[in-house]
Amino acid sequence: MNKLAIINGKLADPAGQSLGNGVVLIEGDRIAATGDIPVPEDAQRIDAAGLVVAPGLVDLGVFATDKPAFHFGGITRAALMPDQSLPLDEAGLIRQATRAGKPDFWVHPIAAATRGLKGTELAEIGMMQAAGARAVGTGRQWIADSGVMMRVLAYASGLGLTVITHAEDGGLAGKAVATSGETATRLGLPHAPACAEAMAIARDIMLARVTGAAIHFRLVTTGAGFDLIRAAKAEGLKVSCGISPAYLFLADNAVTDFRTFARLSPPLRSEDDRKASIAAVADGTVDVITSSHDPRGPEDKRLPFADASPGMAGAETLLALSLNLVRDGHVSLNRLMTLLSGNPAKILGVNAGSFASGSAADLIFIDPDAPWIVDSEKMAAQAGNTPFDRMPVQGRARRIMKGGVFL
Amino acid sequence: MPDITVPSASPDLTGRALFPHRHLLSIADLKPWEIRFLLDEAEHWARANRGNARKHDDRLAGMTQINAFFENSTRTLLSFEIAGKRLGADVVNMHAGQSSVKKGETLIDTAMTLNAMAADVIVIRHASSGAVALIADKVDCPVLNAGDGWHQHPTQALLDALTIRRRKGGFEGLIVAICGDVLHSRVARSNMLCLAALGAQVRAVAPPTLMPPEVEMLGATPFHRMDEGLEGADVVMMLRLQNERMDGAFIPSPREYHMLYGLTQERLAIAKPDALVMHPGPMNRGVEISSVVADHPERSAITEQVEMGVAIRMACLDILTRQARGVEGWA
Repeated sequence: MNKLAIINGKLADPAGQSLGNGVVLIEGDRIAATGDIPVPEDAQRIDAAGLVVAPGLVDLGVFATDKPAFHFGGITRAALMPDQSLPLDEAGLIRQATRAGKPDFWVHPIAAATRGLKGTELAEIGMMQAAGARAVGTGRQWIADSGVMMRVLAYASGLGLTVITHAEDGGLAGKAVATSGETATRLGLPHAPACAEAMAIARDIMLARVTGAAIHFRLVTTGAGFDLIRAAKAEGLKVSCGISPAYLFLADNAVTDFRTFARLSPPLRSEDDRKASIAAVADGTVDVITSSHDPRGPEDKRLPFADASPGMAGAETLLALSLNLVRDGHVSLNRLMTLLSGNPAKILGVNAGSFASGSAADLIFIDPDAPWIVDSEKMAAQAGNTPFDRMPVQGRARRIMKGGVFL
Repeated sequence: MPDITVPSASPDLTGRALFPHRHLLSIADLKPWEIRFLLDEAEHWARANRGNARKHDDRLAGMTQINAFFENSTRTLLSFEIAGKRLGADVVNMHAGQSSVKKGETLIDTAMTLNAMAADVIVIRHASSGAVALIADKVDCPVLNAGDGWHQHPTQALLDALTIRRRKGGFEGLIVAICGDVLHSRVARSNMLCLAALGAQVRAVAPPTLMPPEVEMLGATPFHRMDEGLEGADVVMMLRLQNERMDGAFIPSPREYHMLYGLTQERLAIAKPDALVMHPGPMNRGVEISSVVADHPERSAITEQVEMGVAIRMACLDILTRQARGVEGWA
């Protein structure tokens, strides 16, 4: 069996407290051992001096299988949202999605909770699980009917799957494209109050309580939403939540001048909510940071703001922007890897995102200080719709290993 | 940091420095003295339009003005057409139904098409906020925003300001109540910014379901009760309530709206005795305004607003094309 020993790197073990010195020993496509261990004679040595060795990122909730962008960003696995041109509501589509990236990128599809994502009838979740689905999702919108949502949670829980939900009350959100506030008023944009998020979270937490189901709120972006999540966790419910860097580093004034690249779903929030989001990352309320990668070309974005599709290309900037949280002292690098890799893998139930023996040998070598400038014209992604265009950032994945093989 | 102190009076500027804008997209882009300059120029056209039976002034002769209206309009389109024709421009109207221009590439493509036809000025109305700026970005000639979604309708605010200035002499200390569906109104957004910039005390009067959040940031004080909002007002500016918002979505019914927010003679008495009544049209008589008030010979300025509309649009078309025409000091 092929044996590799990664030496001289700083190890960012999600399970650890701080960066460690040590060796990562790989046999075949698995990690055999990590830490202060002797390097076997027959192992090929790989020098990672000056670099941080970390598990490949596991991106929980992307809208496209965009391999060049994922590889640029150090992402080795992604959970694909069911919102595809054909909603992922059937085993055949799930099977097809799992094959889309292999061998050098693994897609873990999220099964549509309801047929056609319409929010009315349960989809064949069990058959989709057998075909490779790793979670159940409501897609870009919430399920308005509380009875349907309760049955989705109960049924998925019986199969041991987490339900990934969109936290926006549809009645309040309506056709809104912005959060209520000064910017929406100035621009004359349809808007909804930020509490649309907390309303949805409150309901779904109650349903999670009665069903005992595991629920993951894919993007939580408001202080009121985080308060509910904190309380639910303290109660011991199986509740987790994620966020994407856009909500940590941009507020709703980023849509000034009708910048459609900053049109997201949920919409960008107030500066107060942005700060509350940072605090929620720092205090451990946030479990996952995702790119929410959604590349959109000019046909979807070069439109009047309200007519443009929501979403941003986030895969390439996920790591670099998240590293700001370490530089600003909000989290340790180890904790960041838990958010970017360890926790998403746990929620999906895949044996990755860890340095433990037997875990998949998906690794990245990070140069955490490497400076570069985001350029929407020159992105690896299918489209360059990033609201961070022209922003100087730091941190690059220099090498990527997927399943014991360097790309 | 650049010097951002704003002079209180008109600075001593001439030519292009007086109005250094390529397009007219939003009142938010304009300095107070730029607004006053537009009003002064329009005043000249208002007098010329009244004084002469033959109204032609052919300074735009040989230039092509395209009115591209992606949303239905009668009076604004007519006003821009008359303004262009009085200045001697070749005016072409393009009506694009909403159905034919749903896709954005089509909107950009339409802009490119208009541009390729070598228009010298384009007037655009579109149902989506920001759409006019999107087109303005893609064309080589000046663009006039004739209304984009809920965002802006700058020439309406300018014609309203001109009407007020003619009737009231100025803006300083004037109380202007803008009443009705402020939430969905580009007219209200442009007027709040414009009147506040000119020194008026602006009030936004609307039921809570039709009031935009943080309206104070646009320079207006919010009022939810009509009677309180009208107290001591010098100008009462009514807004049109769209039919589709009357039946339970934002207000329970037109008759309840009329009871609570309709401008009747009794309610008008709460404002100053010489308060001016304005409406951008078209009016829903018996809903937001009663006929007696709308047709009041001394108090209502509604037809004068229409008249000033032509003057304002002539001024805007003239000023925005000065650079292309090589007018001294503007080229």
